[in-house]
Amino acid sequence: MRFGVVVFPGSNCDRDCVHALRTVLGQDVAELWHGDDSIRGVDCVVLPGGFAYGDYLRAGAIAATAPVMEAVGRFARAGGAVIGICNGFQILLEAGLLPGAMIRNASLQFRCRDVWMRVESTQTPFTAGLRVGQVLQMPIAHGEGNYYAPPSVFDALEQHGQIVFRYCDPTGAVTADANPNGAARGIAGIRSAQGNVVGVMPHPERASEAILGSTDGRLLFQSAIDSLAGLRGVTVGA
Amino acid sequence: MATIRIIVTLKPGVLDAQGQAVRRGLRALGYGAVQDVKMGRYIELTIPDAYPQEEIHQMCDRLLANPLIEEWRLESSRPNGDRTRSRAEARSPKPEARGLH
Repeated sequence: MRFGVVVFPGSNCDRDCVHALRTVLGQDVAELWHGDDSIRGVDCVVLPGGFAYGDYLRAGAIAATAPVMEAVGRFARAGGAVIGICNGFQILLEAGLLPGAMIRNASLQFRCRDVWMRVESTQTPFTAGLRVGQVLQMPIAHGEGNYYAPPSVFDALEQHGQIVFRYCDPTGAVTADANPNGAARGIAGIRSAQGNVVGVMPHPERASEAILGSTDGRLLFQSAIDSLAGLRGVTVGA
Repeated sequence: MATIRIIVTLKPGVLDAQGQAVRRGLRALGYGAVQDVKMGRYIELTIPDAYPQEEIHQMCDRLLANPLIEEWRLESSRPNGDRTRSRAEARSPKPEARGLH
C-alpha cells in the first residue's frame, strides 16, 4: 500500500502522518509537494493538518488552488481514497471535493484537547473496519472547525449517510457539552456520496501510538490499508 | 488603473462569532447602544480601467469569498462604476457545486 502525504507550505502535521503510516504501520509513503501536478501513482492521498499558505483569505482557500489539488481532484473523482485531516478537511471543502464550509469555533477559541467521536458511517475505506456507534478518542487542534452547510445540504448528508463522525462524550452520547466547536449536528467528519473522500477534524495521526495517549487513530489508517487491499471489501457507492 | 474595493461579510444567518465578541468588547467599554457588529474582510484590487466587472465577481465567487457562507460587494473608484453591488443572492453557481457530492 502506497500512501501520499501532501505537503503544503504551512502544513505542520505532514511529518506526523508520515510517521504514523511509515514507522508505526509499516506502509510505503510518498511525500507529495503542493506544486506537483501529479500524485505519483499512490493508492491513498492524505491531506494533513496545519495552516496551508498561512490560512490566508480562509482556511484552506489558497491550498485548494495548488497544482497538486487538480491531481487530487482527478483521483478523488475517479474513486480514489482521500482523507483530509483538520486543515486537510478545510482544503477538501474549499476545493469542492466535500460539501459545506468551516466557520470559526463558536467559542472563538482555538481548541486543543482530546475529544471523543462516534462512528456514524462505515461506508468509507477509513471506517470500513470500524462499527457504527464505536467511540474513538483523539485530539483536536483547530480554530475553525465549526462545520456549516445550508439546510438542504444537511438533509442530503443525513439522507445519504454522509456524516461519518459526530462529537460525543466518552459513553458515545452526542451532547452539546461534548461538541468543542459548535459544529451543527455535532459533525466531526463527513464523506463524499461515493464514500471515497473523507474529511475529519480530529487528528488520527496524533493518536496512533500508546505513548500519545490513544491508539484509536490508527484504526482509521488500518481500515484504509485493509479496505484498499481488498481484505474488507468496502462497499463504495451509496 | 482603477481601484476596486471588495468587502466580504458573512451571510445573514451564519454565526459571526467574531462580531459578537467585538460587540461584547464595545459593551464592556460602555458603548451599550451598539446593537450588532459584523466582521468581514476588505480586499483592494488594482486593475486596468476597462476591466470587466463580471470577471471581478467571478474572482469573488471562485476564491475571494466562499459563496456558501459569505457575500460581497464592490466599490469602484472608476467613473460610472457601480458603487455597491452584492451578487451573493443574485447568482451563486458554486454553492450548488459545493452542495452535493
